[in-house]
Amino acid sequence: MAQRQLEIDKISKRYGDLVALREMSFAVRAGELFGFVGSNGAGKTTTMRIALGVLSADSGEVRWDGKPITAQTRRHIGYMPEERGLYPKMKVADQLIYLARLHGLSTREANRSVDTWLERLGVAARRDDEVQKLSLGNQQRVQLAAALVHNPQILVLDEPFSGLDPVAVDVMSDVLREKCAEGVPAVFSSHQLDLVERLCDRVGIVRAGSMVALGGIEELCAAGGDHLLVDAPDAPAGWAQGLPGVIATGAEGRHTVLELQPGTDDQAILKAALDTGPVREFTHRRATLTELFRHAVSSDGPEGSQAA
Amino acid sequence: MTGTEPILGNWPAVRLVAGRELSTRLRTRSYRITTAILAILIIALCVIMKLVSGSSSGYEVGFTGATQPLASPLHQVAAALGQTVTDHTATSQADGEAQLRSGKLDALIIPDAKSTSGFSVEVKKDIDANLRTALNVLAGQIALDEQIVKLHGNPATVRAAEAEATATVHPLQAPYPYQTQQLVLGIVAGVLIYLSLMINGQMVAQGVVEEKTSRVVELLLSTVRPWQLMAGKVLGIGTVGLIQMLVIGVCGIVAGLATGVLTVSVTAAVGTVIWLIVWYLLGFFMYAIVFAALGALVSRQEEVGSVVSPAMILVIAGYVVGISVLPSDPSSSLAEVMSVIPVFAPTLMPMRLAMGGVPAWEAIVSVGLVIILIPALVWLAARIYRNAVLRSGARVKLSQALRAA
Repeated sequence: MAQRQLEIDKISKRYGDLVALREMSFAVRAGELFGFVGSNGAGKTTTMRIALGVLSADSGEVRWDGKPITAQTRRHIGYMPEERGLYPKMKVADQLIYLARLHGLSTREANRSVDTWLERLGVAARRDDEVQKLSLGNQQRVQLAAALVHNPQILVLDEPFSGLDPVAVDVMSDVLREKCAEGVPAVFSSHQLDLVERLCDRVGIVRAGSMVALGGIEELCAAGGDHLLVDAPDAPAGWAQGLPGVIATGAEGRHTVLELQPGTDDQAILKAALDTGPVREFTHRRATLTELFRHAVSSDGPEGSQAA
Repeated sequence: MTGTEPILGNWPAVRLVAGRELSTRLRTRSYRITTAILAILIIALCVIMKLVSGSSSGYEVGFTGATQPLASPLHQVAAALGQTVTDHTATSQADGEAQLRSGKLDALIIPDAKSTSGFSVEVKKDIDANLRTALNVLAGQIALDEQIVKLHGNPATVRAAEAEATATVHPLQAPYPYQTQQLVLGIVAGVLIYLSLMINGQMVAQGVVEEKTSRVVELLLSTVRPWQLMAGKVLGIGTVGLIQMLVIGVCGIVAGLATGVLTVSVTAAVGTVIWLIVWYLLGFFMYAIVFAALGALVSRQEEVGSVVSPAMILVIAGYVVGISVLPSDPSSSLAEVMSVIPVFAPTLMPMRLAMGGVPAWEAIVSVGLVIILIPALVWLAARIYRNAVLRSGARVKLSQALRAA
């Protein structure tokens, strides 16, 4: 059987003169957690809205399991919009039951599912409270429940981690991993790149409406070049500049981060470091997603047209 | 997909949305209070009309033994003047005066030889102007009869000849005999429709903005189509308003018939209520979809009032013309023409229908025009709604909402 996947195929969208998306393409396989990163206005939200049918694309296609996505298939997507929203004056449980039923569940199934998720997300005690009376953190949990109550087969979450406390971040991460283990493909956007790096199998970096880097975290980061982390407390600023094989230098707390050309002799660098005084730490590290991201977003010329 | 999931069609989606509107709104305190106040007002109106009309419906007039023969002519005179008189016999003048003091009698007729008419009238303090007129006419007749007898004539013959000699009027167009009761019914119908359109129409616009402000609309639109959401909202709130209308209408009719204020036939009263409901539904759907579309243009509740005002002015215009022109001139040609124009029809036509005398073709044409207009408005409103409902922030220009794909 062919691997089921959510395919975003060459989607373009303009708002008047503003190009929001330019042939955006990527695919998320079943059971895969896909991180979608990019600056504000790069086109992440627009892409997700189009996948959900909330917006229509000017061209291109969204497919699931090889077939163009329809209103019927969309009922099986769990969606968390960037603009959080629930009826403020409706009770938590009533609201979730309503949303579950809109997705096609029977009243009984909806009730059962709502109870399960409220329990799982730790907000069962608030089921009969109006949403507006909940703390922001709890509102976020209810919002996640809203994306999950109908037992979705695809997850599209726009900034699911923003505004969450560390405990909720863990709950959310667990839920995402669990869903993926069930074979659900999940796309989520985030500005918390360390989180994306830790959670995702694959990432896509968007810039000005098109994908500029796409692949598995491991391969992308490995291709991002060799990095050297040096802690030499007495070294003057810029001590490593001009050393053979060093492409760029940066600082991370007490550490100096050096980006190396492949095949550079690190012992020469260690010697240079020791010349400045004691060296407490000297480690190789692959590129982080943050470094990749900065690179991808700042390279090749000025930013193009942007839109939300 | 796995294919085992239930499929949610158009109608179930609309019904779910409508069901949410219905259950959340029927539960709100403001809705219950408004309905109760309107129902109490209409019952109070019936009771007040009963009290007001009760005091002028008839006069209690006492006669002593000597003046008793005057009772019958007084009845006739009073009837000719549109008054009713109930006669009471007092055993003596003193007994009659006691009844006057206690308020049981409005007037006591006593014999008076000095008067040309042979009687005089005792009252407690003052006499009602209408009763005085009736008694003056009676006194005049008695004096006239005496003169006729003196001239050897027969008073009865003279009276008969006098009664026959009336100016005959030949109307070229038969006028409709408007009744005060039906005019009142018409005004009440107009007020109800107007209030209902204002309250429930605003509610639709506010409901749309509520979803926009709280951003829940994006979540909803990821599972239902914009038109389903709009249709569900309009249907749900429409039903809420209909229930309110029915409660008030039934309260009004029952109170009116029970107090005896409504003397028009039950069929006429029920007819008014049915027309009221038909026009409420037509008016509501016509305006509600416009309000829904206009509401989608703004993102804050504070802006609802200004964005719906152009449509609201049309509702108010129809109502103001109806309430100011129709009571004094039910056959006004201005109101007649306006009541057929769809935008004014929902407020004017039910008033005219309750007052009576509307040609069948006018009733049919006005209903037909609104029914024709509704699908066009639905199409237009769905377009505006779809294009504007996801744009939060500044007010969306109508032209932009219409243009954008």
